[in-house]
Amino acid sequence: MQRHYYQPDAETMPVNEIKKLQEYKLVHQVRYVYENVEYYRKLMDEKGLKPEDITCLDDIRKLPFLSKADLRDAYPYGMLATDIKNCVRIQSTSGTTGRRVVAFYTQNDVDMWEECCARAIVAAGGSAGDVVQVAYGYGLFTGGSGLHGGSHKVGCLTLPMSSGNTDRQIQFMMDLRSTILCCTPSYAAYIGESLKERGYAPGANSLKAGIFGAEPWTEEMRRDIQNSLGIKAYDIYGLTETSGPGVAFECECQKGMHINEDHFLAEIIDPDTGEVLPEGEKGELVFTALDKEAFPLLRYRTRDITYLTREKCSCGRTFIRMHKPMGRSDDMMIIRGVNVFPSQIETVLLNEGYTPNYQIIVDRVNNTDTFDINVEMLPEDFSDTPKIITTKEKKLQGAMKTMLGINPKIHLVAPKTIARSEGKAVRVIDKRKRLGINT
Amino acid sequence: MAIKQLSIFVENREGTLVEVTDAIAKAEVDIRAMSVADTNDFGIFRLIVTDYDKAKASLEEANCFVSITEVVGVAVEDKPGALAKVVKLLAEHNINIEYMYAFITVSKQFAYVVLRVADNAAAEKILVENGVSLVSEEDIANL
Repeated sequence: MQRHYYQPDAETMPVNEIKKLQEYKLVHQVRYVYENVEYYRKLMDEKGLKPEDITCLDDIRKLPFLSKADLRDAYPYGMLATDIKNCVRIQSTSGTTGRRVVAFYTQNDVDMWEECCARAIVAAGGSAGDVVQVAYGYGLFTGGSGLHGGSHKVGCLTLPMSSGNTDRQIQFMMDLRSTILCCTPSYAAYIGESLKERGYAPGANSLKAGIFGAEPWTEEMRRDIQNSLGIKAYDIYGLTETSGPGVAFECECQKGMHINEDHFLAEIIDPDTGEVLPEGEKGELVFTALDKEAFPLLRYRTRDITYLTREKCSCGRTFIRMHKPMGRSDDMMIIRGVNVFPSQIETVLLNEGYTPNYQIIVDRVNNTDTFDINVEMLPEDFSDTPKIITTKEKKLQGAMKTMLGINPKIHLVAPKTIARSEGKAVRVIDKRKRLGINT
Repeated sequence: MAIKQLSIFVENREGTLVEVTDAIAKAEVDIRAMSVADTNDFGIFRLIVTDYDKAKASLEEANCFVSITEVVGVAVEDKPGALAKVVKLLAEHNINIEYMYAFITVSKQFAYVVLRVADNAAAEKILVENGVSLVSEEDIANL
């Protein structure tokens, strides 16, 4: 490969220079936000903080956090830092957690975001001549437009498919010989399954790489997708609040995602105390956007649980890496007092040879949590006696118990009966919420 | 000689049997015999039909999950002790019956029994050697 980096000067900048750049940008950005966002100015004033109190990187710890609730309170224009006439775009969160956030972009913001996506595409081996099939949803969701813009910047031939209509996805993929697929991992898995159903052998396509994000996924799912599509699958991370996908991206080493540190400053905090944790410790990821103009965010709590490492990466990039998040802290369920992440369940399923199509149903009956997982059985596991199925259920239940520490009730259901997602998958139905239980 | 049985996975909720029986009706296939094995969560609906290929295609069209199992069909005389003789024969030869179900037709001469054993060929051999009549798929279609 001739060119590994989209912006080599930034991507391989020595760490001390990155820190200097971040410090310079942070000091400037705090003043900018204080002067232009009344909502945040009030938060700073409550703490008796003035912009001049922030003079170095460590001073960031003095700043108040922002949460999704703040963005909701400030909806729609409360976080806007510049006049609408300077803004060119609105995007919105998918509302996975039932609360939408709208984000604004100036042209500079859009360019920065698309450049971040371009870095991700180049890191996945993309260059002019590649055909990039963007099967993320377009519209308010940032997935489609982010990778679309990044693909343009790299100079790839961009296929703006949006999500859904799998027949058409496959037809275009085959006819136009797409080389890079961008979508959610659950949709990538579904496309892989659909190709198999249509009689295509694993890897019988022109794809070489996939860039998958917008929902948590496991290493096991990566292995599955890589095998079924015959590609290398790259993770990408982002939030609408911080711009969209591309805040962090994976290189060919596939060992965590490089955070675009020239634009974003990452911290890991203890989610309970807010205390900043040292590098390598697991906690909640917090982002500060260093140069956003329209919708600047200081110390935004992502609710994603992960850890950071600055260990040298053999790809040559110097940006700090974040480990694949275990899941949003609000994906985490507390069942019978035990923390359970859907990603753990997915890991077990794939290790036991099942498809990652499952649904978790949690309820509370007689003051005890019930925990049921519906899993699609493999066609070859079904014959004419219930015994084979119940034995399989017991075995899977044992594997879950080992991983989770608590026993779910496993229900094997017929193949293809759990709804497939073309965007973000709905994995969890927590019926305890109707009881007003804070889960 | 073994005959083919359709085994259909049905979830334990209202309406699933309607989907199954509708699909078979659409295929214009007759059901000759049936049995249901059930657990708390699901059941397995087992059917002997006049045309299993047509029935299977129609069931799959209706998104039913179906597999085909080979079973042994036996014609026993419709009189006391006839079934006991068959079962005894198999027991004497250490052939375990996983499940069985019977059906009766308008003919009063014979009742028909569907047997599921681990080794169809062995069971058939013993039964034939001892003068028990087996039922073929053709017989089923023509009953």
